[in-house]
Amino acid sequence: MKIVIVGAGPAGLAAARSAAEGVARSGADVTLIDGNHSTGGQIWRGGGAPEIETGVATLLNTRVASPDLLTFDKLILATGARELFLPFPGWTLPGVFGAGGLQALVKEGLDVRNKRVVVAGTGPLLLAVAHYLKTHGADIRLIAEQAPWSKLIRFGAALPSRKWLEALRLWNPCFSPSTWVTEAQGTTHVKSVSAGGKKIPCDYLAIGYGLVPNTELPQLMKVDPCALDEYQRTSNPAIFCAGEVTGIGGVDLSIVEGSIAGYAAAGDVEKARAFFVQRDRWKRFGTALAEAFALRPELAQLARPDTFVCRCEDVTYQELVAKASWREAKIHSRCGMGPCQGRVCGPAVEFLFGWKPDSVRPPLFPTPSGSFSMIGNEPQ
Amino acid sequence: MDDSEAQFALTRLSRELWMELSPDLPRSVEYEACGTLWVAADEEEMREVRRKQEFYASRGVSTQILDALQLREAEPNLRDGLAGALLVNQDSVVYPPCAAVELIARSGATVLRARSVGIESQKVMLANGESLEAGVIINAAGIHAGALMPSVSVPIAPRKGHLLITDRYPGFVRHQLVELGYLKSAHSTTGSSVAFNVQPRRTGQLLIGSSRQFGVNSPDIDAPMMARMLRRATDFMPGIARLSAIRSWTGVRAATPDKLPLIGPCPGLPHAFIAAGHEGLGITTSLGTARILTDHIVGKTPPIPLSPYLPDRHA
Amino acid sequence: MPEITIDGRRVTVREQTSVAAAILQAGVSSFRRSVTGEPRAALCGMGICYECRVTIDGEPHALSCQTLCVDGMVVETT
Ligand SMILES: Cc1cc2nc3c(=O)[nH]c(=O)nc-3n(C[C@H](O)[C@H](O)[C@H](O)COP(=O)(O)OP(=O)(O)OC[C@H]3O[C@@H](n4cnc5c(N)ncnc54)[C@H](O)[C@@H]3O)c2cc1C
Ligand SMILES: Cc1cc2nc3c(=O)[nH]c(=O)nc-3n(C[C@H](O)[C@H](O)[C@H](O)COP(=O)(O)OP(=O)(O)OC[C@H]3O[C@@H](n4cnc5c(N)ncnc54)[C@H](O)[C@@H]3O)c2cc1C
Ligand code: FES
Repeated sequence: MKIVIVGAGPAGLAAARSAAEGVARSGADVTLIDGNHSTGGQIWRGGGAPEIETGVATLLNTRVASPDLLTFDKLILATGARELFLPFPGWTLPGVFGAGGLQALVKEGLDVRNKRVVVAGTGPLLLAVAHYLKTHGADIRLIAEQAPWSKLIRFGAALPSRKWLEALRLWNPCFSPSTWVTEAQGTTHVKSVSAGGKKIPCDYLAIGYGLVPNTELPQLMKVDPCALDEYQRTSNPAIFCAGEVTGIGGVDLSIVEGSIAGYAAAGDVEKARAFFVQRDRWKRFGTALAEAFALRPELAQLARPDTFVCRCEDVTYQELVAKASWREAKIHSRCGMGPCQGRVCGPAVEFLFGWKPDSVRPPLFPTPSGSFSMIGNEPQ
Repeated sequence: MDDSEAQFALTRLSRELWMELSPDLPRSVEYEACGTLWVAADEEEMREVRRKQEFYASRGVSTQILDALQLREAEPNLRDGLAGALLVNQDSVVYPPCAAVELIARSGATVLRARSVGIESQKVMLANGESLEAGVIINAAGIHAGALMPSVSVPIAPRKGHLLITDRYPGFVRHQLVELGYLKSAHSTTGSSVAFNVQPRRTGQLLIGSSRQFGVNSPDIDAPMMARMLRRATDFMPGIARLSAIRSWTGVRAATPDKLPLIGPCPGLPHAFIAAGHEGLGITTSLGTARILTDHIVGKTPPIPLSPYLPDRHA
Repeated sequence: MPEITIDGRRVTVREQTSVAAAILQAGVSSFRRSVTGEPRAALCGMGICYECRVTIDGEPHALSCQTLCVDGMVVETT
C-alpha cells in the first residue's frame, strides 16, 4: 500500500507520523511531498519541525501542480492556508509585506534590527509576528488589530489557559484594537502608514487579514475539504484532508486532524478515534477564532478607484466594480489571470464584491511547460 | 484558410474587415498583426508551401517563402533542421472576449443576460419562462445551436481543444506559428490529434496549442492529451519546455461535416437564421459571417455568395 | 557562506538564506516591474503571490522567496 501526503506542515507531519506507525507492520510506504525546501509548513518554517519518522520518504521542492503525476492508494491532502490580503491605497509599495510574509522572510535571512515596523490586520498571528520581529531586533511601532475589544474579550474568555499564557507571553503595549491601516505612503518604498487617524512613519508594514485555506488541489481532484467524515475522509474514500485546508483552526487542530487522517489512512481506526475528543475541543477554538476576527465591512471600502486589486495584471478597483461576476471580471479585465492565478485577488474580490471563484484547472502553480509532457500515456 | 474555395473566400473577406476595423480598436482587443508562418518540416512540406503560395497568389493574396536560413532568422527559437516556411504577412491575433465587448459596444445593441431554451419562428423562449418576439432571429449559439432548434437538422459536432498559456516572454515568438503537418493531422475528421500551433499575445504571453478531440464535451483538462500536445510543441520549439505555463484552457469547437460554417435561413423555420459551426476559425471569420448574413437579411447582395454556407446544403 | 551576485554586486549571505531575503538585505527594494511599470517586491514570502519574481541564473520569472541562495548564483532584478 502506498500512502501519499501532500503538505509537510503540522497536519502533514502528524499524518506522516501516524500513518508510518499504523503501517509499520504491514510494510506499506509513506511519502510526504512539499513544495517548500524544508518541512514545517508555515509555523515551523526555518526550524522547529519535529523529526520525520523513519519509513517516511520526503520529497521536498516538489509542488503538486497537477494530480496526474501522483500515484497512491491513500492520499492525504494537508495543503494548509495562506494569508488574506485586502487592497488599500499603497498596498503594492515595496516594503508592504504579509504579516506571516515578513516573518517568513526574517526566518530566511532578512535582518530587521532597528527597522520600524507596523504590524496590522487581524487575528492571533499579529501578536505572534510582532513578538517574533521584536525578538529579532525590530522596533514595533503599532499593532493595528481591526477587531474591537468587545469581541477580543469574548474570545479570550473562551480560550484554554495554555493559550492565555501564550497571549501574555506575546503581549505588546503597541496593540491597538478597532484600528486598521487605511493607506500606505511612499513613492518607491513605504515611508509611512495611516491608521486610526494617525500617520506613522515606518520602514516596513506587515499586514494580513487572517488565513484562506488552500483548497485548489482538493477542488481539482473533485473532493470537498469541508465535507469530511469523522476520519477526515472525503467523498472519495481514498482521499483524506487534514489541517487548515479544511478550515482555519490553528496549529493544534491541524496536528490532531493530521493524526486522525494518518491512522485512518493506514487502517488503524481505533487509534484515530482516540483523537476525536481533542478535535472537538480545537474545533470550538476555530469557531471562536472566526467569530472574534470576522472582518469589519469598512475594510471593503478602503480601495480607491485607481487602487490595483489584481497585482499580477494591475487591474484597478474601478475596472472591476461594474462587472457582474468573477468570470466576467476575469475574461474582460484579466483580473486573476496572472501567475498567482487569483490566489491573492480571488479571496479579496470575494470579500469586496461577493464573487465566488470559478473552476480550478491545472497547472495549480506556474510550472515549466515541459513538465506537462511527462503526464500519462497517449490516448488512443 | 485554404481548405476549400468557400473557406478561402469567407476568410479573405473577414480578414479585410478586421484590417478595416483595426486602426481604432482599443488596446484591450490586443490586435496584433504578427503574420502567420506555416512551418515546413521537410522537402515534402516545402512542396506544399509552394502550392499554397500559388493558391494564394492566384487569388490576390501575397505571401512570402522563407528558406531554412530565413526561417531561423525569423524565429530563432524553432529547432534546427526545419525546411522553411510560408509567411502570410497580414494575419493577426486578437483577444476574443474583449473584441466581443468592443463589437457589442459599437453595434449599440441591448444585451440581455438570459439563457434561451428554444427558438420558434418569431419567438425566443427564455429559461425564466419569458419569451421575446422578433421579426428576425439569428441563432449564433455556437455548439449549442442545434439544441435550441430540435426540429431543425443542425449538423454540428463538438470538437474539444486545449490551450496552455505561458507567463510573459516578449520576443520569444514573433509570428503565429503553425505546422504544415496540421493539414494532414488536425483536419482529419475522426479521432483525436495534436498539432504545433503557437500564438504570441501582445502581452508577450504565448498560447500553445493545439489539440482536437471528437465526441468529448467535458471542459476538464485531459492531461494525457495536453501532454501529447506539449510534446508536439516542444518537438518544434524545444525552448517551450522551460517556459512557465500559468494557465490551461479547454473549449469546444463547433464542427460541421464539410468544415464549412452554417450561415443563412433556417430550413423550416421562417424568419429564423443560423450562424454557427465555424470550427477552429470562428474568430477570424466572425466579421465576414456577420456581413454576408446581414446583407442577405436586409436584401443587399453580399460581397461573396452565401450559397456554399447555406444551412440546408446537407439535406 | 554562499556568495551570490545581485544586479552585478557580490554579496555574502548566511546558509539557508532565501534569494528574496538576500535581495532585501542588499538594499534593493524593487524586485520586478509590474505590467504598468510600478516597482514591486516580495509580499507573501511563501510562494503564493508571485510578486518576488526575478531572473535567477538567466531564468526569468523565478520565485526568489522559494529559492535558497547557492554559491555563485546570479540574480537580476528590474
Ligand atoms: C504565513 C503564515 C504564518 C503563520 N505563523 C504562525 C505563527 O507564528 N504561530 C502560529 O501559531 N501559527 C502561525 N500560522 C498558522 C499556522 O501555520 C497554522 O495554524 C498551521 O501551520 C496549519 O498547519 P497545516 O499543516 O494545515 O498547513 P501549513 O502549515 O500551511 O502547511 C501546508 C504545507 O503544504 C504545502 N503545500 C501546499 N500546497 C501544496 C502543493 N500543491 N504541493 C506541495 N506542497 C504543497 C505548503 O508548502 C506547506 O508547507 C501561520 C500561518 C501562515 C499562513
Ligand atoms: C482551443 C481552441 C482554439 C481556437 N483557436 C481559434 C483561432 O486561433 N482562430 C479562430 O478564428 N478561432 C479559433 N477557435 C474557434 C473559435 O473559438 C470559435 O469558432 C468561435 O468562438 C465561434 O464563435 P460563435 O460566436 O459562433 O460561438 P461561441 O463563441 O461558442 O459563442 C456562442 C455564444 O452563445 C451563447 N449561448 C449558447 N447557448 C445559449 C443559450 N441557450 N442561451 C443563451 N446564450 C447561449 C454562449 O454563451 C456563447 O456566448 C478556437 C477554438 C478552440 C476551442
Ligand atoms: S513573495 Fe509571494 S511568491 Fe514570493
